Amino acid sequence: MKAFEYERPVGVTEAVALARRAGSRFLGGGTNLVDLMKLGVETPDLLVDLTGLDLAEVLEQPDGALRIGATVRNSDLSANDAVRARYPVLSQALVAGASGQLRNMATVGGNMLQRTRCPYFQDVTKACNKRVPGSGCPARAGEHRNLAILGASEACIATSPSDFAVALAALDAGVTALTTEGEVSLTVSDFFRLPGDEPQRDTNLPPGALVTALTVPRLDWATRSAYRKVRDRASYAFALVSVAAAVDLDGDRVRDVRLALGGVAHAPWRATRAEEALRGGPATEEAFSAALRGELEAAEPLPHNGFKVDLAHNVAVRTLTELTGVPA
Amino acid sequence: MNDVVRPVMQDAVAAAPTRVDGRDKVTGRARYAVEHPVEDVVWAWPVTSTVAKGRVTEIDASEANGTEGVIAVLTHANAPRLGETDDAELQLLQSDRVAYRGQVCALVVGETVESARAGADAVRVRYDEAEHDVVLDARHPAMFTPEKVNPGFPTDTSIGDPDTAFAVAAVQLDATYTTPTEHNHAMEPHATTASWGADGTLTLYDSNQGSTGVARVMADLFGLQVRAVHVISEHVGGGFGSKGTPRPNIVLAAMAAQAVGRPVRLALGRQHMFSLVGYRTPTIQRLRLGATTDGVLRSLVHDVWEQTSTLDDFAEQTAVISRMLYAAPARRTTHRLVRLDVPTPSWMRAPGEAPGSFALESAMDELAAACDLDPVELRVRNEPDVDPESGKPFSSRNLVACLREGARRFGWEQRDPTPGVRRDGRWLVGTGVASSTYPARTAPSQARMSIGSDGVVTVELNAVDIGTGSRTALTQIAAEAMDLPTDRVRLRIGDSTLPPAMIAGGSMGLTSWGSAIVKGARQLRELVGRRDGAIPEDGLEVTADTAEEVRAVSGYARHAFGAQFCEVRVDADTGEVRVPRLLGVFAVGRVINARTARSQLVGGMTMGLSMALHEEGVVDVQHGDNVNHDLAGYHIAAHADVADVDAMWLEEHDEHLNLVGAKGIGEIGIVGTAAAVANAVHHATGVRVRDLPIRVDRLLGRG
Ligand SMILES: Cc1cc2nc3c(=O)[nH]c(=O)nc-3n(C[C@H](O)[C@H](O)[C@H](O)COP(=O)(O)OP(=O)(O)OC[C@H]3O[C@@H](n4cnc5c(N)ncnc54)[C@H](O)[C@@H]3O)c2cc1C
Repeated sequence: MKAFEYERPVGVTEAVALARRAGSRFLGGGTNLVDLMKLGVETPDLLVDLTGLDLAEVLEQPDGALRIGATVRNSDLSANDAVRARYPVLSQALVAGASGQLRNMATVGGNMLQRTRCPYFQDVTKACNKRVPGSGCPARAGEHRNLAILGASEACIATSPSDFAVALAALDAGVTALTTEGEVSLTVSDFFRLPGDEPQRDTNLPPGALVTALTVPRLDWATRSAYRKVRDRASYAFALVSVAAAVDLDGDRVRDVRLALGGVAHAPWRATRAEEALRGGPATEEAFSAALRGELEAAEPLPHNGFKVDLAHNVAVRTLTELTGVPA
Repeated sequence: MNDVVRPVMQDAVAAAPTRVDGRDKVTGRARYAVEHPVEDVVWAWPVTSTVAKGRVTEIDASEANGTEGVIAVLTHANAPRLGETDDAELQLLQSDRVAYRGQVCALVVGETVESARAGADAVRVRYDEAEHDVVLDARHPAMFTPEKVNPGFPTDTSIGDPDTAFAVAAVQLDATYTTPTEHNHAMEPHATTASWGADGTLTLYDSNQGSTGVARVMADLFGLQVRAVHVISEHVGGGFGSKGTPRPNIVLAAMAAQAVGRPVRLALGRQHMFSLVGYRTPTIQRLRLGATTDGVLRSLVHDVWEQTSTLDDFAEQTAVISRMLYAAPARRTTHRLVRLDVPTPSWMRAPGEAPGSFALESAMDELAAACDLDPVELRVRNEPDVDPESGKPFSSRNLVACLREGARRFGWEQRDPTPGVRRDGRWLVGTGVASSTYPARTAPSQARMSIGSDGVVTVELNAVDIGTGSRTALTQIAAEAMDLPTDRVRLRIGDSTLPPAMIAGGSMGLTSWGSAIVKGARQLRELVGRRDGAIPEDGLEVTADTAEEVRAVSGYARHAFGAQFCEVRVDADTGEVRVPRLLGVFAVGRVINARTARSQLVGGMTMGLSMALHEEGVVDVQHGDNVNHDLAGYHIAAHADVADVDAMWLEEHDEHLNLVGAKGIGEIGIVGTAAAVANAVHHATGVRVRDLPIRVDRLLGRG
């Protein structure tokens, strides 16, 4: 690991000012960044520790939204009463990630900005367009069993690792960030991006921007929501495929629905096409299945990850079925 | 055949002595290899190759040498020359040749582990790269027949005419199974603290499974007398076979200490352990079983293809289990090996039996289905009277008793054999069984025993406790043999200057060490008896050596046996597998300490569960290493995967084993587990997974 400097600002203005220095990185819980530094993937000159900032609160807003400070710990947010009661999908997504020890350290801002677990990205002895633009992508011809089936590019087939972000995408959450120029607001869907020919950019956040808060809008029917994650072991593994879903039922019809898939793309995959197909239609297993098949028509699986198409279909249908109480 | 009395249960576990070193371990007082205080100590960190085959053309250490805290950079150009031994993996930094990706090509010594590591990152190595070959394939043109398979078995065996017997058999099963590369990662990495004395002696605190051999190899490598090498291994945090022989860490630490003239610590990083400390070879196994319609085997053919490196021929004895587990009038077993540009495979818990049992015991399950027979019953019908290949009688063989007792406890009787029909909501439920076995062996060991005028007995031998509880069990054996309470016994182990003894490996540590202690105790008591119990001021001392007893063992086939029963639940939509229940019933001779024994069996079964569902070194064909080379990518069973795992054993008296009457229990727990899980998955889903691990994508959409 390369030697680096360390600063612990007490205010956000100071933090973003420090972030203007070349080679600086924000340090949340450090559970991803420090690992990447040990691997030589990240070689910062300066770490700006965010944990002294006043960003660790969860506040209910007058309009019923929930404002989550960027340094709130993953475990604290998952156990928050309002989150558990109003947005089960969010709490479940957090608990589905990492391990108890990691969640105690990890901040929600760091969770959103954690880097892909593509094995080539994490190995500096191998090429990777995300790590070294233009160096190539060995994953397409190599190991890609757990890489993207949707929205990938020639340059990159990495997946976004965060479970939490998938739930946030389903809830139409917003991201507030600060730069020396001022405040920026983005929806989670605009925050994440597909790789295109710039896979080095995970998000649309301006350089040096400090995420200060996440805002989850009021959504009363999100009480009927769930997160379901399939992985290679019962806990402590990244998703092969995951689903965040919320359903608003009108008798046996779907009044409204939110659906996002994880583990399938460079960003949380909001299944807008499936949502449209379902809205106003019957809440039946056939309808769920048809909607998912439609959504997954866009999938472009590679030789070793084709199973994710069926897996995503099955998990989403199952989650919707269970949420709506449709007999299987 | 010896009598089986009753299963030993929880009360025996509760009554067993707790670990004598338990308090030291949980309070952190127990010291591991790089924790011993040493003055003026510095650290080393290896630089490993990033090509799989070729030559190192240039090592640019200028930046590394300029890194703060870096003391030296060793390469093949300036490292001390080493003597020859029979382990080519230990010829470290002796040439420019690269035989696999991840091989040591430089070593950085720094004032701290951080500076050594930073220096290692700054070393630039250039290669003349050659095309590599890292994929095991049964049709590989370079497949050859090794001279023997480990640890000294014939490569191939054949009895009768298995081809004809198979061709005419009423029921035929011909199936191919594969197991992937598997890694043994002990909690404590391979680690050493090395220091040279002014008199040229070498002191090594090292994490290994037996320092008698380590000291000998180190003496040969560094051109020393064995008595000039002192290896101390007081506490060792696991080994699983990978610490049975010296590893690069100890050689590099000693070289570095020689080069910089200061003591050196070296603890391998987790990533290093994927290339530098051995691993279990991937295997391809073809099983052909020919049987009568009532399930009696007429022919058994087990052909194995596996890999080794270009440095050494390591031939896993994968098909050896098929030579003794079942009766069959015609039988053939073969092993073929190919030298690839990969690290040399090595010992991993139950070498041979662990991968071999997956194929054999899966095939037996397939045969049971083909014969429409209960899989327990099928195994009972193929029980041999004597060891099928040698014709020797078994010293004791209680496989059938284990199967029957396990079936009774597990609730096997009501089992409907039809696959894919039991549902609990979205879960498909099934059960499976497999046999376990492992050789029961004893190796020569010595023990020095003395008694003081205070009546306290001191036992000294170079045994080692790698976390299994041997320090506790040996104390019990000594106390019992001397007829003294355990607090009157002092035990000294884990030091190469003590009387030489077997390694903690091959499930023969306790049996070998215990035998030397029992023999020593007999001699000591005789000596005390001759003096009518009067112990002189400076005490009495004997040294026992079991070489003669071990050589003189009579003509029996000696094996431990067991049966494992497994319940699985498979998610019908996703293919996720959960194992709510795993029960092992074993017959392992005498059990010295029920508490630590149960831990070994449960631990072995857990590792078998992990092998069944998770463990897989994924070959990176383009680069020549594993794609996954850390514990985030190489999955092992975690807490949530391990539910109710239980082990018990039958009381078994076997007089033909050794002076302790024990068979050894370190490895049998992992034998058969993966097959029991795969068989249960088949019963649950109707899908036969013949390739480990049983991943969701191997089940999804195949029901
Ligand atoms: C073994 C392992 C398994 C895991 N499994 C899962 C899993 O299954 N699912 C899952 O979702 N996660 C998983 N995680 C990831 C874990 O949740 C993340 O490590 C964690 O959320 C990152 O949070 P952190 O605060 O420690 O981030 P850090 O490591 O501190 O930071 C991560 C990145 O975010 C940047 N950053 C941090 N805060 C801000 C901010 N406020 N504004 C701008 N940039 C910021 C940092 O500069 C850095 O680039 C796993 C991690 C490990 C180590």
